[in-house]
Amino acid sequence: MTDSKYFTTTKKGEIFELKAELNSDKKEKKKEAVKKVIASMTVGKDVSALFPDVVNCMQTDNLELKKLVYLYLMNYAKSQPDMAIMAVNTFVKDCEDPNPLIRALAVRTMGCIRVDKITEYLCEPLRKCLKDEDPYVRKTAAVCVAKLHDINAQLVEDQGFLDTLKDLISDSNPMVVANAVAALSEIAESHPSSNLLDLNPQSINKLLTALNECTEWGQIFILDCLANYMPKDDREAQSICERVTPRLSHANSAVVLSAVKVLMKFMEMLSKDLDYYGTLLKKLAPPLVTLLSAEPELQYVALRNINLIVQKRPEILKHEMKVFFVKYNDPIYVKLEKLDIMIRLASQANIAQVLAELKEYATEVDVDFVRKAVRAIGRCAIKVEQSAERCVSTLLDLIQTKVNYVVQEAIVVIKDIFRKYPNKYESVIATLCENLDSLDEPEARAAMIWIVGEYAERIDNADELLESFLEGFHDESTQLQLLTAIVKLFLKKPTETQELVQQVLSLATQDSDNPDLRDRGYIYWRLLSTDPVAAKEVVLAEKPLISEETDLIEPTLLDELICYIGTLASVYHKPPSAFVEGGRGVVHKSLPPRTASSESAESPETAPTGAPPGEQPDVIPAQGDLLGDLLNLDLGPPVSGPPLATSSVQMGAVDLLGGGLDSLIGGTNFVAPPTAAVPANLGAPIGSGLSDLFDLTSGVGTLSGSYVAPKAVWLPAMKAKGLEISGTFTRQVGSISMDLQLTNKALQVMTDFAIQFNRNSFGLAPAAPLQVHAPLSPNQTVEISLPLSTVGSVMKMEPLNNLQVAVKNNIDVFYFSTLYPLHILFVEDGKMDRQMFLATWKDIPNENEAQFQIRDCPLNAEAASSKLQSSNIFTVAKRNVEGQDMLYQSLKLTNGIWVLAELRIQPGNPSCTLSLKCRAPEVSQHVYQAYETILKN
Amino acid sequence: MIGGLFIYNHKGEVLISRVYRDDIGRNAVDAFRVNVIHARQQVRSPVTNIARTSFFHVKRSNIWLAAVTKQNVNAAMVFEFLYKMCDVMAAYFGKISEENIKNNFVLIYELLDEILDFGYPQNSETGALKTFITQQGIKSQTKEEQSQITSQVTGQIGWRREGIKYRRNELFLDVLESVNLLMSPQGQVLSAHVSGRVVMKSYLSGMPECKFGMNDKIVIEKQGKGTADETSKRCLSGKQSIAIDDCTFHQCVRLSKFDSERSISFIPPDGEFELMRYRTTKDIILPFRVIPLVREVGRTKLEVKVVIKSNFKPSLLAQKIEVRIPTPLNTSGVQVICMKGKAKYKASENAIVWKIKRMAGMKESQISAEIELLPTNDKKKWARPPISMNFEVPFAPSGLKVRYLKVFEPKLNYSDHDVIKWVRYIGRSGIYETRC
Repeated sequence: MTDSKYFTTTKKGEIFELKAELNSDKKEKKKEAVKKVIASMTVGKDVSALFPDVVNCMQTDNLELKKLVYLYLMNYAKSQPDMAIMAVNTFVKDCEDPNPLIRALAVRTMGCIRVDKITEYLCEPLRKCLKDEDPYVRKTAAVCVAKLHDINAQLVEDQGFLDTLKDLISDSNPMVVANAVAALSEIAESHPSSNLLDLNPQSINKLLTALNECTEWGQIFILDCLANYMPKDDREAQSICERVTPRLSHANSAVVLSAVKVLMKFMEMLSKDLDYYGTLLKKLAPPLVTLLSAEPELQYVALRNINLIVQKRPEILKHEMKVFFVKYNDPIYVKLEKLDIMIRLASQANIAQVLAELKEYATEVDVDFVRKAVRAIGRCAIKVEQSAERCVSTLLDLIQTKVNYVVQEAIVVIKDIFRKYPNKYESVIATLCENLDSLDEPEARAAMIWIVGEYAERIDNADELLESFLEGFHDESTQLQLLTAIVKLFLKKPTETQELVQQVLSLATQDSDNPDLRDRGYIYWRLLSTDPVAAKEVVLAEKPLISEETDLIEPTLLDELICYIGTLASVYHKPPSAFVEGGRGVVHKSLPPRTASSESAESPETAPTGAPPGEQPDVIPAQGDLLGDLLNLDLGPPVSGPPLATSSVQMGAVDLLGGGLDSLIGGTNFVAPPTAAVPANLGAPIGSGLSDLFDLTSGVGTLSGSYVAPKAVWLPAMKAKGLEISGTFTRQVGSISMDLQLTNKALQVMTDFAIQFNRNSFGLAPAAPLQVHAPLSPNQTVEISLPLSTVGSVMKMEPLNNLQVAVKNNIDVFYFSTLYPLHILFVEDGKMDRQMFLATWKDIPNENEAQFQIRDCPLNAEAASSKLQSSNIFTVAKRNVEGQDMLYQSLKLTNGIWVLAELRIQPGNPSCTLSLKCRAPEVSQHVYQAYETILKN
Repeated sequence: MIGGLFIYNHKGEVLISRVYRDDIGRNAVDAFRVNVIHARQQVRSPVTNIARTSFFHVKRSNIWLAAVTKQNVNAAMVFEFLYKMCDVMAAYFGKISEENIKNNFVLIYELLDEILDFGYPQNSETGALKTFITQQGIKSQTKEEQSQITSQVTGQIGWRREGIKYRRNELFLDVLESVNLLMSPQGQVLSAHVSGRVVMKSYLSGMPECKFGMNDKIVIEKQGKGTADETSKRCLSGKQSIAIDDCTFHQCVRLSKFDSERSISFIPPDGEFELMRYRTTKDIILPFRVIPLVREVGRTKLEVKVVIKSNFKPSLLAQKIEVRIPTPLNTSGVQVICMKGKAKYKASENAIVWKIKRMAGMKESQISAEIELLPTNDKKKWARPPISMNFEVPFAPSGLKVRYLKVFEPKLNYSDHDVIKWVRYIGRSGIYETRC
């Protein structure tokens, strides 16, 4: 006999026929009829008219028939409350049945019938069933309390069921405990304030015991409940963790993930110095990897969770990159998630493998996946500096494929690479420009426009390119970019582009209805007409580099999501309040705060938000900081004097004024309102505002580092109205600083110090404002270490290492220039591989070689080598030729220029010979000077 | 918790619909059909949120199973439950097909009533369920039988009933491994792992206490430390033990004991079950090496040569060997020559399929093919999917060996020696791919 025939009754008068069958005397016929009713119900037909007839079949000793009738009742009781009452007697009677299966069935079904009158009758049987001798009935009754609570919470409280439920947590049967825990957890969620789940060390102990004995589902309920507990100290946290870890070997992935949740949460309380902490970290990786061999849907859930875990504790899976490699047959949702995690785990150690994989993926079929792979290559470049060059060349290869969406995606990421490594890869711009025509997506067009604007001075036909984009100005998605790009172009090449800028300004201000666009248009216009020099400084000012991790989940949300591991929230990466209706399940959860014992390892304020100090993106400041500094502007701008007048800037300004703007202003009737006057030096405070992020002031002092020359007087007091400045340059563990000594030799207190550098050969710039904390009283001296960065504007100086400095105080602005020793620019990773050295040496033409004599330097090879090494000149190889020691050395400058050296030392001869080879021969002289200074001191 | 559970056929017609929670209405059934089953684009996630209602789905052949909820449920649990539901149904009526579901819809409703209560999964071990969900209608049980059922369903050992008797106590152990490989065209192993399963079929009387032992490196090294003769032990462990990256166990295994002593002890369910799963990545024996050579001759021709080498004892035989060489979509004709077995170009699968029935260890064989291509305007290059391979070998590529399986049944008078034990090793290819 098959049941499928019940699905095929579609005759007219069907209900009538069924009614007759339901009232038949024959038991078999009755049962058949009920089955037909259920089948109709399943496919969505309304069979509520048969209610009384079906309920009549309830009184039966046939368990199967009874279950069918109950199923019907659960569906229709709500729509026929009055008739549902007819069933109550049977329920009450069934609750007394000698067969525990029938007792449980009755109490289970009654709880599902949401009719008030029935609920009233439910209370007594439920009370009995909660204390039933049979565990099967008790475990069913426990869930029934939750059902009843959902219908009528007040009733449950009044009847004292909650206390009975709490007692069941101590039941002898593990399944009863598990269901009681599940029911209580659910009820507690709708009463966040109640102390319903009063978890204490005793009850926790009971739960942990039941954990070993109950079904897989019960283990999940218990673990999810445990995760809400807050251990009182780290010892308790550890002991719970120890008892939960065996669950990591369970075959059920949900048990594993819930165990991971408990461990991740309680781990917060453990001190990182603890051996156990390390053990636990190690234990977490294998089960997480194992989850990836589950069925694809579970893999997806696991991957979404791993994504969170990797952000919270990257150390757990840092060696497991390979398991996230995409398999050809993975479903697309698994592929996309794996890709995300691969990028998060990418590091210098594994970048080569990752890139090879990504390149492979970029040739796949699925468009979304390919796009994401291309984007991932860009993110690798930004994340792992060493790989940037390879990433760029991979992206160029991909652009050559001419596959439309690949090209567009590549351009979008190359824009970000430019923002991270300015002035490094502009050589690719030509290739990008070749693909202009294929750009039909707004994001790619916007990226391209930005690139053209930013590098306008290096693109010969930038004006033509932007003009061609301007034809499509009505396309709203790239208007702002176009406006900015054309203004940048104008500031860089004022003579040829007046018409263009005029056109775009009038389009933006007159033809557009977009308030943002108009506002920005007016800002530019006023700026250009009021003070072109200022405009240039504002618009073309240095921008902060972009951060490596742009898509990290915000730390407080991440912490909340860690508390929801395994649940839907962790799959959506959203807090439950974002997708759950009403008050349920929206209790905000947070990780336990770290205990005192761990504060030694981690600064306390970072603990609750989770991100260990080292992991914070170090390039971009929090928005608040920046804003703060900008607002500070009026109160005390660090520089209030005129901008540094150097010949080149002056020239530019003259050009602007003479050539372009007069006609621009004249050509339109626009008169700049007086209020639009902008402080002339807006550029400077922005610059110094940004410098807060380079918090390099620490770590200066006694650490060993490059050779430091004694301080020399740079600005004598007589030239600076009593301010004497002496100083020197140092390089320590990768950071350059200018150590200054300011002495007040005047009779007046000095305040409001600020410093600025003119553009120079290596882009040296203050990385922080000059901080003189207290006013400098007469005859007082302060020592200041000013951190420097090498990301400033570059302009070749004569001599190469000349640095022009402006210092300002409340009295005046003073200028001086100084020469910095080149070795402060020698970077730490300047050691060239031996093969590379040989190849490069040969590769550099001989005319670039320069030879110098270093006299009076009675050092042997070892001593010289180690002395040089401390200043980042690295010995690549050593050779002894005819009694002479030959040292082959390499060094790299901050701007990436390599210098190769051959140092010949003759024992007994106090002078040695230095041969330098470099692609930029003009640095050789200064490198030689650096050598001499280092070796002789 | 789970608010409702629906089963649909491939057309989106609902076959089973069971609602557990009041917040799920009838319209949820339609929402899933319209937004997922009938969606224009391929489904992009197994979890779908439609109007603040979340749907979890899995597919078995052309049947859709969907669980629905409005709460922040444990997502991993919902999927585990859906898989379990499939297992239970398969154990009752075989393959999950539209016909079987329609034929057994009453049974399915009964099962759904039992294994989900208010959306909370309950005991779903088929062994236990089959004792009281029988579709036999009125089968009067004695009081003892009833309480035995309930204590089993809720008890510590929910997977086994008391009073099982066999005349002959027998057990079968199958070590089933699937070896996965991703190799670069140059023969570099990009990733390789073995995922293995130990499947046990037990026909044992009473409540037997079992202990399973294998050549787990950690166990062997631990034992090695205890004895004086350390060098010989180390010698043994060095050669014959394997490093297991991770393993998971059937719920009958006492996990805390494994955690503390690394011993695997359990009371098995009756009949077949999966005792453990494990994963290894070190010292894997890769049974076959595939060496591809693809040459593009002009725009309309490809030359492919593939060599396979078997890498195991010459006395062993691999079976069911199949090499699948993908061909471009614009292939117009293929000519194949192979030394051994049969090779065919299957246009519908865009691949050359080369089959060899048997192959001994330490041998090699080769296939060469010329592929003619139609000229196309398609700018996009052919993605060159990897060459994949299938095979079966009579050993465990991870090197895992069963050392013992001891059986103790204190109440009945049979001893470990009386139990007949069979062990078998089968290594199969998982995803075994070589890029070309």
